[in-house]
Amino acid sequence: MSPARTIRPVSVASFAQARNVRRDDEHNEVEMLMPVVAEVFGNISITKDDVDFICSGSTDYLIGGPFSFVMALDAVGVWPPRSESHVEMDGAWALYEAWTLLQEGEIDAALVYAFGRSSLGDLNEILALQLDPYYEAPLWPDPTSLAALQAQALIDAGKATEADFAAIASRSRKSALENPNAQVAIDIAPEVLLEDPYVVTPLRRHALPPITDAVAAVVLAAGDKAIEWAGRRGRKPVWITGMDHRMETHSLGARDLTVSPSTAKAAEMAGVGGGPVDVAEIHAPFASQEVIVAEALGLGGDTTINPSGGPLAANGVMSAGLIRIGEAAEAIATGRARRAVAHATSGPCLQQNLVCVLEGEA
Amino acid sequence: MTETAHEPVTTLATPIRLDFDFTPGVAQSRFLKGLAKATFMGQRCSVCGKVYVPSRGSCPTDGVPTTDDVELPNTGVVTTYCVVNVPFAGQSIEIPYICAQILLDGANISFMGLLQEIPTDQIRMGMRVEAVWVDEAELTPSLSSVRYFRPTGEPDAEYDTYKEYL
Repeated sequence: MSPARTIRPVSVASFAQARNVRRDDEHNEVEMLMPVVAEVFGNISITKDDVDFICSGSTDYLIGGPFSFVMALDAVGVWPPRSESHVEMDGAWALYEAWTLLQEGEIDAALVYAFGRSSLGDLNEILALQLDPYYEAPLWPDPTSLAALQAQALIDAGKATEADFAAIASRSRKSALENPNAQVAIDIAPEVLLEDPYVVTPLRRHALPPITDAVAAVVLAAGDKAIEWAGRRGRKPVWITGMDHRMETHSLGARDLTVSPSTAKAAEMAGVGGGPVDVAEIHAPFASQEVIVAEALGLGGDTTINPSGGPLAANGVMSAGLIRIGEAAEAIATGRARRAVAHATSGPCLQQNLVCVLEGEA
Repeated sequence: MTETAHEPVTTLATPIRLDFDFTPGVAQSRFLKGLAKATFMGQRCSVCGKVYVPSRGSCPTDGVPTTDDVELPNTGVVTTYCVVNVPFAGQSIEIPYICAQILLDGANISFMGLLQEIPTDQIRMGMRVEAVWVDEAELTPSLSSVRYFRPTGEPDAEYDTYKEYL
């Protein structure tokens, strides 16, 4: 299936991320972002003056400070004043906003960044507050319990087993050994992982994502800039050939949690099925959710899933989705893939999903 | 099934409280540690030369790390102010009082401070002020180490010297 619309080719011109850690006690958000912004520009020898638009993704709920996204702009230095925007979502959606603006053709380059410090508050409480405020949030259901309901539904439907979850976790963290920025990287066989105790049945500890402080940045470029900037480091551009995002109802009880129709629709609109997928970077924070997303994306056995280790190796809330796009682009730029899919999720039990298709040049 | 008559639910109270740790970062830690020694520590941008106090570790204009530490004096100028006459919950100071934006000498950004030892109808822009610190034993790495600012009695600063900081 091909994308439903003609799009302007936009490239992921540069990607940078900080080393994902359990907790960065030393730096504030600006100090965490500055080296990453410097790297994402430095990779392609540009400065802040070469981008026409800046968009960031973060949430004040993570650090408990109002307007933290405005303060974070100090890391870029927005003088003279420039066009800037922010989404209270993962940076993948900030990238979507920048990509949309690039589609209009008035600008040729944008900086996208995301910062998420998951360690400063209690994620179980913070993420409960994204739920329906009348019927769900007052019960304070934590994300692991909700994911466990989803995983149990998956098992009950005969679509997966606990051994599948262990296999996904084992593979992810083994792959992460190749990723210097990963937080949890270790080679443990699935059979050993299955000896873990349950955190919330049927999810054992290995099926849960780590808590991560993470920042990441991407430069998007179109037209001549895309080609020139890629050439500066001897690369060819990595093009976004399709991107779409969809969401499902807020009410968990109204959803079939064993499927992800929003991912499937986004995949269709982004044109995932238009060619073979060499690499898929999937943002499924819980191992059980990878089963659902991989099915919704329509991936076959030829696709390498999460060679970076994925969110089971590092899951900075608000950053992990943008990192999926960056990692997928890097896989193409370094010749490990010709065509890749990146996926980002937000909300409880995969409520909102974004799918991005990337292709290199032959 | 029998229906029991209930009043319709019109409001729902859902108490929410979240607790957070705060990480000031490298630059702001230096500022806070300075307060514990009764000094104002700022940082200078290596590109534009501006001095920020407190610094958050970057120059917001140039987007570069600020690594040059600067110890600032105790004295500065009131760039603008507000006389607080309205009581509010949690108020710890007797009204009326003066909340002033203070530009320390040598700094390129002002911050908010409490002004005392002057009747509220005598405050004016450009007034020269100095910090009054708490007793040495009470100094902590926090702004509560500054008891308040008070007039120095020096002639007012010329408007042109602080007009960029309003």
